[in-house]
Amino acid sequence: MTASHDVLLIGGGGAGLRAAIAVAETNPELSVAVVSKVYPMRSHTVSAEGGAAGVIADDDTLDEHAYDTISGSDWLCDQDAVEAFVQEAPEELLRLEHWGCPWSREPDGRVAVRPFGGMKNMRTWFAADKTGFHMLHTLFQTSLKYDGVRRYDEWFVTKLLVDDGRVHGVVAVELMSGRIEAITAKTVILCTGGCGRVFPFTTNANIKTGDGMSLAYRAGAPLKDMEFVQYHPTGLPFTGILITEAARAEGGWLLNKDGYRYLQDYDLGKPDPHPVLRSMELGPRDRLSQAFEHEVEKGRTTDTPYGPIVHLDLRHLGAKVIDTKLPFVRELCLQYQNIDPVQELVPVRPVVHYMMGGVHTDIDGATPLGGLYAAGEVACVSINGANRLGSNSLPECLVFGARAGRAAAQYAAEAGEPPSAVQAQAEDERRRLERTLADRAGGGERISTIRSEMQQVMEDSAGIYRSQDSLAKGADQLAQLQERFRVADLDDRSRTFNTELTAMLELQAMLDVAETMVQSALRREESRGAHQRTDFPARDDARFLAHSLVHRNPDGSCRVEYLPVTMTRWPPGERVYGR
Amino acid sequence: MSGHPAYTEFHPRWYRRQMSTWWWLGKRAYLVFILRELSSVFVAWFVVFGLLMLRAVGQGDGQYQRFLDWAASPWVVVVNVVALLFVLLHAITWFNLAPKAMVVRLRGQRVPGSLVAASQYAGWVVLSAFVIWLLVGAG
Amino acid sequence: MADSITLQVTRYRPEEESEPTIQEYDVPLGRQWSVLDGLNYVKDQIDGTLSFRWSCRMGICGSCGMTVNGEPKLTCGAFLTDYAPGPVRVEPLANFPVIRDLVVEIGDFIRKLPSVQPWIVREEERPVSEGEYLQTPEELDDYQQYSMCINCMLCYAACPVYGLDPEFMGPAAIALAQRYNLDSRDEGSRERLDVLIEHEGIWGCTFVGECTAVCPKGVDPAGAIQRYKLTAATETLKSFLLPRGAR
Repeated sequence: MTASHDVLLIGGGGAGLRAAIAVAETNPELSVAVVSKVYPMRSHTVSAEGGAAGVIADDDTLDEHAYDTISGSDWLCDQDAVEAFVQEAPEELLRLEHWGCPWSREPDGRVAVRPFGGMKNMRTWFAADKTGFHMLHTLFQTSLKYDGVRRYDEWFVTKLLVDDGRVHGVVAVELMSGRIEAITAKTVILCTGGCGRVFPFTTNANIKTGDGMSLAYRAGAPLKDMEFVQYHPTGLPFTGILITEAARAEGGWLLNKDGYRYLQDYDLGKPDPHPVLRSMELGPRDRLSQAFEHEVEKGRTTDTPYGPIVHLDLRHLGAKVIDTKLPFVRELCLQYQNIDPVQELVPVRPVVHYMMGGVHTDIDGATPLGGLYAAGEVACVSINGANRLGSNSLPECLVFGARAGRAAAQYAAEAGEPPSAVQAQAEDERRRLERTLADRAGGGERISTIRSEMQQVMEDSAGIYRSQDSLAKGADQLAQLQERFRVADLDDRSRTFNTELTAMLELQAMLDVAETMVQSALRREESRGAHQRTDFPARDDARFLAHSLVHRNPDGSCRVEYLPVTMTRWPPGERVYGR
Repeated sequence: MSGHPAYTEFHPRWYRRQMSTWWWLGKRAYLVFILRELSSVFVAWFVVFGLLMLRAVGQGDGQYQRFLDWAASPWVVVVNVVALLFVLLHAITWFNLAPKAMVVRLRGQRVPGSLVAASQYAGWVVLSAFVIWLLVGAG
Repeated sequence: MADSITLQVTRYRPEEESEPTIQEYDVPLGRQWSVLDGLNYVKDQIDGTLSFRWSCRMGICGSCGMTVNGEPKLTCGAFLTDYAPGPVRVEPLANFPVIRDLVVEIGDFIRKLPSVQPWIVREEERPVSEGEYLQTPEELDDYQQYSMCINCMLCYAACPVYGLDPEFMGPAAIALAQRYNLDSRDEGSRERLDVLIEHEGIWGCTFVGECTAVCPKGVDPAGAIQRYKLTAATETLKSFLLPRGAR
């Protein structure tokens, strides 16, 4: 079987489903397919908690949303993309409302908004604290209405088929049966999400292994701004489960071991009993996570078996606010930490949460490779620059998912049929996978051993603070891990639901992504947003007000180039919070 | 399985478990469920019993007396006691089900399910008291 | 407390065996370890061939449902210490065909779901430019509970009706139909009713109630179905008694 479609989505999360619907609505004649390694409602969008930003209040403006996003990004985002984003975000969120998303409401029935970190006005739409869950299920259920959308659930894409600088489809494994098939398409949209699993301690689900980034990178598309990894300031120790920023937006405090609101020592404003926008606990995530590191150095954190922690204090909010606005926070704390935030302090520490970088795309999600688009966390448009603001990523999935869908639909309507050369490529890939299954004889190492070592290397070399030394050492260690991976073992030879094979393919993707992160970080000799170099502590606009682009050389090594940032109306300035 | 889209043609050998004949002994909830299903037999028995009584009444005093004698025989009493227990089980299930099936609102506020159930129990007690009064007090 | 616990895991390797077998693994009894952590320990350290699904490990993606000591559970939210000293029996979810080991085939639900039209149905779409449909917190509260379904399939595994008759629509699908029926923005309840008054719909349910008991998200599908039955009965009665125009 070789299936053929006009538009093929890889990934069925927020961006993927939004894109699929956009294609179906733009041109119902087109055949759309969603290939996903999990059932779409398992996608990681489901874990997003706090909310989705979009200007709707009377006293809010698009320019203010744009400025918050740009200053939050430490001026590394493209301002034309941000302007398009803030413009279309409210429209997309309203569309989701029309599709049934259970947004939390004001007493008069209008959509409610809440404050969020780094945002100067209240503009974050929310569905209690399960916003991503409700968005994903709304999109999934709505997508069922479109007969033209064909799904390949639990198919794992292993390769993009490329001929003459154009993408013509994919090779994918059906997990249930193990059969390997080529699925050709006139356009492919990557919506595979992020790569948090490259690190040992992350909020990201097990499936977030950078597959799409690696697919694009190997196919010849560059990865952009890969050195920018977001640490969320409040993850539960041991599990890394996210405690949403909404907990602080509703009035939660961060306390060190002395019960002191330590953020006041880091130029983030003065403590006020009530939440103040763009101040203290409502500062941006990069600055809050960095403040935590300084507290550790000062010995003002509490040591636990799972590393140093500070406390999130929600007690003063009371049971009523917590149960209506933050029910999931309470549920998670009770179940996974055995504490009740109504009465007790919640132990938290910074945790890898989001990848600002990703596949380089333009404002319509198009990558430099013909026929290849990307949207959502896998892509870097960029609206997030050096630091993403909380609640911008969900609307990003919608706005750029829809844009990529529309652009791809147009491209597909004009594109010709895939050339026969791609069949030969698909055959090669099939043989490679068959060999992987057959030849990984015993004697090597376990996938999991190499994976945990890689994660440790990344934390040690490319954590919240980095340096030339740590990064260079990390690069060497990653190269060794690549070598070891080549002869790693596969216990499982079955074709039926072989999760060890997928773990191996995922590890390959993660090793690619890890390398691009370390190499980009090594070359950026400045500190900006989430990229903090102890040896270059200042921002250097003269040299680095530019996106890094990592290309893959034919021999597998990296080549880093720079691309100027697009600026429209907001020249680089100081990031001011709390004053 | 409803429908067989193309992609399941390639499925490997699935293992389909059969439910054991004794599945309903595995869990208390399942057992109660089966007993409740069984209760329909006893509800039917009470209907038959009631019809027999009606017929006896219609046929005159002698017949009615014979019916009463028969109803007092030990085995009929035992059957009726068992039937009563099953009917109680049936009734309680219905009372517990009602608040789930009906959402009652008073001035915009949802009335808690326990209150809906409680009001039914109260109604039950009042009705039973009335019947007892009819039989004992007014008799 | 002992420092390890035994997992008795059901294995089924369709290429090698025609029936499931049980394999035992000893895993560390960590203080915060879930059953899923135990399975991952097996996968990473002992036996790479064990297959199971998991993803978010925070009880929201719905991937890791299995039968733990006879009860359908999300394994990320079932903790080893609660089963100490063990052993802990881990089996695939009941009532579904087993693909391999702990992985079951849920395509049946996926195919049934669209038939109840789980999306907003309206006679007339209002353009997005005219803003949101107003919905008060009370109106939201009417259906919110039913919107919490994560499709984890525990309710199907607990439902003997589904086990005996796989044609039955099942708890989650009916609860999701009800979620849209009760949404003030929706106008599709009539169309959904036509599907659900079929024998395989609501009337298949005999109110065992286990779906609600095992639901990890407090959805109460059993309640949704009983409520639906009342609506269906009322509607049917109306269609007999009232002239067409008055319904």
